[in-house]
Amino acid sequence: MKVGVVTFPGSLDDVDAQRAVRIGGNEAVALWHGDADLRGVDAVILPGGFSYGDYLRCGAISRFAPVMEKVVEAANAGMPVLGICNGFQILCESHLLPGALIRNDHRRFVCRDQLLRIENNRTPWTSAYDAGQEIRIVLKNGEGGFVADAETLARIEGEGQVVARYLEVNPNGSLDDIAGVANERGNVVGLMPHPEHAVEELTGSGLDGLGFFTSLVETAFA
Amino acid sequence: MPKPEILDPQGKAVQGALPRLGFTGVTDVRQGKRFEIELEGEVTDAVLAEVDKMAETLLSNPVIENYTVTVEQGVAP
Repeated sequence: MKVGVVTFPGSLDDVDAQRAVRIGGNEAVALWHGDADLRGVDAVILPGGFSYGDYLRCGAISRFAPVMEKVVEAANAGMPVLGICNGFQILCESHLLPGALIRNDHRRFVCRDQLLRIENNRTPWTSAYDAGQEIRIVLKNGEGGFVADAETLARIEGEGQVVARYLEVNPNGSLDDIAGVANERGNVVGLMPHPEHAVEELTGSGLDGLGFFTSLVETAFA
Repeated sequence: MPKPEILDPQGKAVQGALPRLGFTGVTDVRQGKRFEIELEGEVTDAVLAEVDKMAETLLSNPVIENYTVTVEQGVAP
């Protein structure tokens, strides 16, 4: 599959995400925020970083980038879209995902190897994992506290839209220990920790993140 | 402004600093944003509606924030 990775001004993990896509057995295609063109890709990743310097709110300005118009259109038509960290924030600002991400409750930047539980393995990004599988990947954010009103929270919990949950510690004050959510359809997933940094023994903290990038292949041939 | 039910870590930090400076009796601090928008011509209802749209689509995130729009006439130089 061809997986597009969008570079915004201030993206940091776009090259790591492209590399993870290749290691996962897919073709990585660089997409540019200023081009309203998805170059024929089958899926899109919005990478981590500090797009537009996090000015106004994290992801608030990126949401209106020309490429995002196409991403929103494709996501609504069922294309798999994964937002990692800043990408998750952009998807929430775009209203493709429920809730929002606010400053960590302890007000400090957090960077740690974080244990997670995959709660939903029925998305195109998590099908390589077992339901309930525990993985450890790096988490690094300043504004990763997932919040939603009580009604929204009950709905996403009830509908199984929680994709991953923090284990051991809640690193940022996220409600219900939520680390990642999906939209109702399940094709759009946002995740605060970084699976793209855990795809290779040489450079990562393990291989636990690889499943996010191999799941697409499994989905395509399922 | 962050909605009342949304945690405001920045406000909490300010609240924590005030007693250290000797200011007492503060029971809560919430921190928000203020945008000063200058417009051409008269502020009609249509123009105000447009500003409201700006506030809703870009300036605020309605999931976590409330906003109000107020008009100040003739303050710009």
